[in-house]
Amino acid sequence: MPATRKDDRVRVMTGNEACAEAALTAGLRFFAGYPITPSSEIAEELSSRLPAIGGRFIQMEDEIAAMGAIIGASLAGAKVMTATSGPGFSLKQENIGYACLTEVPCVVVNVMRGGPSTGLPTMPQQSDVMQARWGTHGDHPIIALCPQSVSETIDLTVRAFSPTEKYRIPVILLMDETVGHISEKIRLPKRDELEIYERHTPSVPPAEYLPYRQTESDIPEMATFGTGYRFHVTGLCHDETGFPTNNPVEIEKQMLRLNRKLDRYRDEIVEVEQDAEEGARVGVFAYGSTARSAKRAVLMAREKGIAVSFLRPRTLWPFADRETRALGEQVDTIIVPEMNLGQIAHEVEWAVAGRAEVVKVNKINGEPISPTEILPAIEKAVK
Amino acid sequence: MDSFDYSSYLRDKKFPLIWCSGCGHGIVMKAILRAVDRVGWERDDMVMVSGIGCSSRMPGYVDFNTLHTTHGRAIAFATGVKMANPKLHVIVVTGDGDATAIGGNHYIHAARRNIDLTIVLMNNSIYGMTGGQVSPTTPIGKRASTAPFGNVESSFNISGLAQAAGASFVARGTAYGAVQLSKYIEKAMLKKGLSVVEAISPCPTVYGRRNSMRDPVQMLEELKQESVPVKKAAKMTEEELEGKIVTGVLTDVEKPEYTAEYEKLIVKLGGAA
Repeated sequence: MPATRKDDRVRVMTGNEACAEAALTAGLRFFAGYPITPSSEIAEELSSRLPAIGGRFIQMEDEIAAMGAIIGASLAGAKVMTATSGPGFSLKQENIGYACLTEVPCVVVNVMRGGPSTGLPTMPQQSDVMQARWGTHGDHPIIALCPQSVSETIDLTVRAFSPTEKYRIPVILLMDETVGHISEKIRLPKRDELEIYERHTPSVPPAEYLPYRQTESDIPEMATFGTGYRFHVTGLCHDETGFPTNNPVEIEKQMLRLNRKLDRYRDEIVEVEQDAEEGARVGVFAYGSTARSAKRAVLMAREKGIAVSFLRPRTLWPFADRETRALGEQVDTIIVPEMNLGQIAHEVEWAVAGRAEVVKVNKINGEPISPTEILPAIEKAVK
Repeated sequence: MDSFDYSSYLRDKKFPLIWCSGCGHGIVMKAILRAVDRVGWERDDMVMVSGIGCSSRMPGYVDFNTLHTTHGRAIAFATGVKMANPKLHVIVVTGDGDATAIGGNHYIHAARRNIDLTIVLMNNSIYGMTGGQVSPTTPIGKRASTAPFGNVESSFNISGLAQAAGASFVARGTAYGAVQLSKYIEKAMLKKGLSVVEAISPCPTVYGRRNSMRDPVQMLEELKQESVPVKKAAKMTEEELEGKIVTGVLTDVEKPEYTAEYEKLIVKLGGAA
C-alpha cells in the first residue's frame, strides 16, 4: 500500500472496545448487561452505538436479568450478547443452561479476572476455564473461544455469532483482563469481508412446525416470536413439539441430539494455531494472553537452539483433544502455562493420556506470566 | 350464563391441566383469555412469559408464543422480548414466590422502568408446586410445610410494592370475582406501561389443608367475604382492614413508557429504519 494512502479502518483500541465494535459488525442488535470490572467498557460502548443503528441496549438490574433478557430478545429475532466477568458469569450460569437446553443463540463475553469471589477485579486470571465448560448444571453443549490479542478479539467476536446461530449453542467469549484492557493497533473488518451465518428459520407452514424436530443435521429450524409460528419454549426436558415430557425415550432422543451437536460439528468449531518444529522433544500449550508470553518463550528457546513445538487453541471448548494428542505423540514434555492452578492442564493430560509428561507453569497473583518464567521450564525439559 | 368459546385460545391437547382440583389458577387463565378476546389482540402478536411454579405452567396451555423460563426470571426474559420487538404484546404470568421472592428484583425494576408488560400475579400465599412452603405473602400465623408452628414473618403487600416502585397500573382481584378480575386484566393489557394485576387465588391442596380451609368452595367463599372494594376501604381504619383483601384498580396513571422512550432515542440518533 502506498505510504500516502491512509487505511481508514486502522485504529488503536482496547480489547473491550474491539469486542463491542466487532459485535456490531457481526450484526448485534440487542445487548443487556450489568456493570462489572473489567468488562464494563463493552456495555458503555454499546450503550452509545446500538441505538444509533436501531439496535437496543439495556442495563438490567442484575447479571441474571441481563442473561434472561438476551435470551428473550434472541427468541424475538435479534442477534444478542451480554458481557460480564467472573462473579457475574457465576450468576448467569442458570440461564446459560436454559439457553443450552432451549437452543437459543446468544454470545456471552467473560473478561476473566482473578477469583474466586470478588477476587481481583482489576487483574487478569484465566480463572473461568472450567466454569465456562461446566458452570451450569447437567450435560450440555457449550462453545468457548479465547482470544490472545485485540486483533484476535475482533476475529473471534465476529466468529462467535456464527456458531451460536448455526448450531444453536451458546458461545462464551473468554477474554481476560489483559486482552480486555490492552491497547493495540488493529484493522476493523468490513461486514462484506466476513463470513456471517444467519439463523435458519422454518419454511414449513406454522401448523407443521416442530421447534425441536429431529433433523438430518441435528439442528432444528428456529422460528421467531411474532412471525406466525406460535411455539412453546421451556427449560423442562421437552420432546420435538417443545412441550415438556417425562417419557424416557423422548428425553433420551432430545438430550443425545442436544449433546451430539458438539461432537458432530467439532471440526468446524475447533480452531488452533499450530507451530510444530521438526525434532522437537518439548512442546508448549497455551491460550489467551498467556499464549503471547508462551510464544515469546518458544522463540527465545529456538534462538538458543532448542527445538520446540507450539500449540494454541483459539477454541477452548470443545477441547482440541486430537491436536493436543498429536503434540503428545511428537514430544516428551508439554509445558502448560496458565494464569490459574492448572485448569486446562488436566485436559491436556487427559488428551495425551501418558504419551508425554505435562508440566504446569502457574501464576495466580494477578500478574501476567512473563516469557522468562516459561523459558526455564522448556530448558529443564530438554536437559 | 354466557357461552364464551375458549377453544380457539387453548392448546387442549395439553389437557388435563397440572393444577389441582379447587385451584384458582384455571379461573385466572379464563379471565385472561376473555380479556384477550375483548381487547382483540392477534394470537401471533402475543407472547406469554412465565417463571417456575404452579401459575407459571399456564403458558403451556394457551395458544400464543409462549416462554416458560427459569425461577423468578420471567420479567427479565419478557423485557428482552419486548425490547427486541416492541410491537409484541407481552403478558407475564407468575406467582407470589416467583415474582416477589426469587424474582423480586426484576418485579420492582420493571415497575420503575415502566416497560409495557402486563403482569398477572397469582397470589396463593404459598409455594404450591414444591409442596406448600412459606412464601413472602403467607400471612403471619398461617402454617406451611416450612412454617410448621405458624409463620412468624411479616408478609408483602405485593400490589403496594408495584405501586411504590412506579407501575402505571395496579389492580387487585380474586378468583371469586372472576368477571371483575377479567376487567382489570383487560385494562392492564390496554395500559401503555408496566401493569400488575394481583389475582388472589386459592390453594386448598397445600395451603388450605394446613390452615383449616380444606374445602375449595369454603376458600372461594372466604375470598368473597374478605374482599373490600377500594372505595370502601378508603373509609376504613387499618384495624378494620386487617385480614381483608382490598380489590379494584389501585393505581392508574399516565407516564412515559420505556420502549417508547427508547424508540424516541433511536429516532433522535438517526437509527430508525
